[in-house]
Amino acid sequence: MNEPTEIKYYQVELTDFRHRVMIAAGFVVVLFLILLARFFYVQVLEHDRYFALAESNRISIAPTTPNRGIIFDRHGVIMAHNYSAYTLELTPSKIKDLSATIDELAKLVDITPVNRKHFAKLLAESHNFETFPLRTRLTDEEVARVAANRYRFPGVEVKARLFRQYPLNNSASHLIGYIGRINDEDLEKLKADNNYNNYRGTDHIGKTGIEQSFESVLHGTTGAEQIETDAGGHAVRTLSHTNPISGDNLVLNIDSKLQAIAEQAFGQYRGALVALDPKTGGVLAFVSNPGFDPNLFVDGIDSTNWNELNTSPDRPLLNRALRGAYPEGSTIKPFMALAGLHYGVRTPNDTISDPGYFMLPNSTHLYRDWKPNGHGSVNMHLSIVQSCDTYYYRLANDLGIDRMHAYLSQFGFGQKTGIDMDGELAGVLPSREWKAKHSRQPWYPGETVIAGIGQGYNLATPLQLAVATAAIANGGITYKPQLVSAIIDSRTGQRRNIAPEVIADAHIPPEQLKTVVDAMIDVTRPGGTAAVASAGAPYLIAAKTGTAQVVGIRQNEKYHAGNMQAEHRDHALFIAFAPADAPKIAIAVLVENGGHGGVTAAPIARAVMDYYLLGKLPKSMSNATASDAGGSVNAD
Amino acid sequence: MRIKAQLFKYASHLDYTMLLLLFTLMLLSLFLQYSAAGEDSSKLLAHGINMLVALIIMIIVANVPPQYLLALAVPLYTTGVVLLIGVALFGDVVNGSRRWLHLGVTRIQPSEIMKIAMPLMLAWYFHYHEATLKLKDYGIAALLLAIPVALVAKQPDLGTALLISASGFYVLFFAGLPWRVMVAMAIAAGASMPVLWHFLHDYQKNRILTLLDPTQDPLGAGYHIIQSTIAIGSGGTFGKGWLHGTQSHLDFLPEHTTDFVFAVYGEEFGLLGNILLLILYLAIIMRGLQIAANAPTLFSRLMAGSITLAFFTYAFVNMGMVSGILPVVGVPLPMMSYGGTAMVIVMLGFGILMSVSTHRKLLKS
Repeated sequence: MNEPTEIKYYQVELTDFRHRVMIAAGFVVVLFLILLARFFYVQVLEHDRYFALAESNRISIAPTTPNRGIIFDRHGVIMAHNYSAYTLELTPSKIKDLSATIDELAKLVDITPVNRKHFAKLLAESHNFETFPLRTRLTDEEVARVAANRYRFPGVEVKARLFRQYPLNNSASHLIGYIGRINDEDLEKLKADNNYNNYRGTDHIGKTGIEQSFESVLHGTTGAEQIETDAGGHAVRTLSHTNPISGDNLVLNIDSKLQAIAEQAFGQYRGALVALDPKTGGVLAFVSNPGFDPNLFVDGIDSTNWNELNTSPDRPLLNRALRGAYPEGSTIKPFMALAGLHYGVRTPNDTISDPGYFMLPNSTHLYRDWKPNGHGSVNMHLSIVQSCDTYYYRLANDLGIDRMHAYLSQFGFGQKTGIDMDGELAGVLPSREWKAKHSRQPWYPGETVIAGIGQGYNLATPLQLAVATAAIANGGITYKPQLVSAIIDSRTGQRRNIAPEVIADAHIPPEQLKTVVDAMIDVTRPGGTAAVASAGAPYLIAAKTGTAQVVGIRQNEKYHAGNMQAEHRDHALFIAFAPADAPKIAIAVLVENGGHGGVTAAPIARAVMDYYLLGKLPKSMSNATASDAGGSVNAD
Repeated sequence: MRIKAQLFKYASHLDYTMLLLLFTLMLLSLFLQYSAAGEDSSKLLAHGINMLVALIIMIIVANVPPQYLLALAVPLYTTGVVLLIGVALFGDVVNGSRRWLHLGVTRIQPSEIMKIAMPLMLAWYFHYHEATLKLKDYGIAALLLAIPVALVAKQPDLGTALLISASGFYVLFFAGLPWRVMVAMAIAAGASMPVLWHFLHDYQKNRILTLLDPTQDPLGAGYHIIQSTIAIGSGGTFGKGWLHGTQSHLDFLPEHTTDFVFAVYGEEFGLLGNILLLILYLAIIMRGLQIAANAPTLFSRLMAGSITLAFFTYAFVNMGMVSGILPVVGVPLPMMSYGGTAMVIVMLGFGILMSVSTHRKLLKS
């Protein structure tokens, strides 16, 4: 250890150090005197007040729950709101024997074992100065009985609480979502977000749909009441209170009437529809059929209903528009055509001869067209109007998977659209990287060929298809789809609009766009694959039909819907926008096992467009055309 | 006889003035914990065992001559910083903060080590640069201080970060940090308040806002302040008497054996009890400063001074927080709060003080 040698200023430094020690001592004394002053103030000057507060016991602090925000559609129709009902509330800290009290109360009001179980659960999760509901939705008679016996039950109160209600019932259920009891998982999340205190006194939280994704907006801020109570636990007076701040209201882009028409148009079919305003990305209708009644979930769904929903082969709880991933089928062809033009691989007039199949060089594998004998001589226009598979097998092979992936990405395929709802699936837009990641296999040329007609690994959600369709309607500009158009401040009533958001721009040159859109318009005219469903429309529709295979067809087999079980039939797809010359609405429709897009999916889109553009209500929604799907396969 | 001689040697390194004060404090603490824990004697026993362990550690450290501590400074500091980086990378997240590090069987909180390692390191630095102290040296010291403080603040554990920077600052202060620099720092700190405010987490802002108006957040931090102030205030001049606090015994008071134990004390022993406690703390601090003033080397002076003022800071911040004049930060009341780690760290500090106090003659010879 080499000790420093004493230097000549040692004494000076020591003096300085001792000087500083004195200063530190003075500092300590001053701060202790401040503490002493504080103690004197609290314990002598303010003692009476604090003594009274402690004695009268004492103070209870009760959270006051804010009102949850209301959800409106674009025309002000209420899609989710609250109504008031009486609840029987217990404050455990003021009740000596909780189970005896509940037993006594059970003689006055109907209390089920489920009520008791739920109450016990609430108790276990929270602090003891709060009150908890034992029974909700008391009848007037029950309220009166409890009121008459109130003196017997310290710590028991009847309170009016608000309950969530979805007046449209099954309609728009996937889009609005629902609220449910806060569970352990929610609680963990609230704690992690430092948001737990704000949920004291709140039992419910958004579980799906907009209720979930806009939870922070809808919930509001919990208030608190500092209450002085007497020995019996009854409130004597409120010492201070902070008012709760109601959650903000939401205005959706959705037109609930349009939504209902679309849902009705599906009839018994399972499927999904998304309609967008191509100019903003606003979601006009968002259907996943069948829906369910979100009201069932609000107070905890009973097991019968839950089992029914959960085990139904129709899977009503699946949000198909958001989380259903299906092959795009032929609806990918307009995008492929644009890719061909973009890279200069095709001109509009390039013509191929279609013998009814395509073969890769040095291979005997036949990639068949849906039309067994082929379409003959086909240019780009005809390839879309007639949905020629051979044309696109070839185009895909000429483009190669890398360019296909790069171009189609611009329309949102293979990525989440970023819609303001949680749980979206990204779908699959295959690429070499994607495949390497998922199967450790190289990319094979044959996979490019089938990707060209939207088969193979390709998967898209109906939402993605709608977004991509809107992008064509916009000349390549992709907007983020938005369900919510504005937030209305609950205090000021001020409306805060949510601005449209461009997420990509493919910059389609006008002449390329015109080539493809003209062909899409002819899809809806006589000779096109959607001619029937589009007949008589007083506005121009640009569209593309599609089918997505549910089961693989072997090389030498023929698809024959009539021979197949219903659940193995192809899914029907349809994308459209209208009016084609000045687009106001872009739609994607998927009908599960619907067979051909022009037959089952197109009429649904037509009903939606007719109402949105003309205000025309559908006369009857009978799916007379559904039987057609049973025949041999049609052009798609 | 040899054992007896050995024991005598150990005992000769204790500072009996300090020891008497600490024993008084411990006795008070045992009474207080018995009441705060709801007359639970098993918790009292655990508290007593913590004290015993801490006491043994103190005696061991008191027998370590300061020059050995000097040698420990760099390794301890380096280990502490490495562990803190480990926490930032692999730490366990508890209640939203990343403070704990899993090391095989046990979980450690490296920021606790820093409470001792920080003053040790800075005292080491100044000790070896004593002859040529320039402004640059204070800058280097400040950098040594800033690294662990930044790591702890990022966890986030603002309370501990402030306490560690305080313990380091005290070294700088006693090492002769020029007054004009301190004034400049104070001005800079004042001016950067609005900027710092911006970097605080929402809950930290809330705590400060809550202090200004506890009713703002009556369910969260405000609840603690409201209830502990009621407890202390209702105690009055003479207190409600041992075991007779209503606030604490009715569970109105959260964390009433740990960070908020002073509310129980204030309620049961009143203003007179508080004055007694302040006097005890003050006596300990004054004795500590006296040891510092008489220490022979710069290193031991700086260590003793910094440890003493750190002890003062813990006591002041805790009492200030519980009585509602400082924001709520997680700082236990030294020697009084329940909890082994905190007690060991505090007693370790006293061990160093005693070592400094009793190894004086040995060094001079």
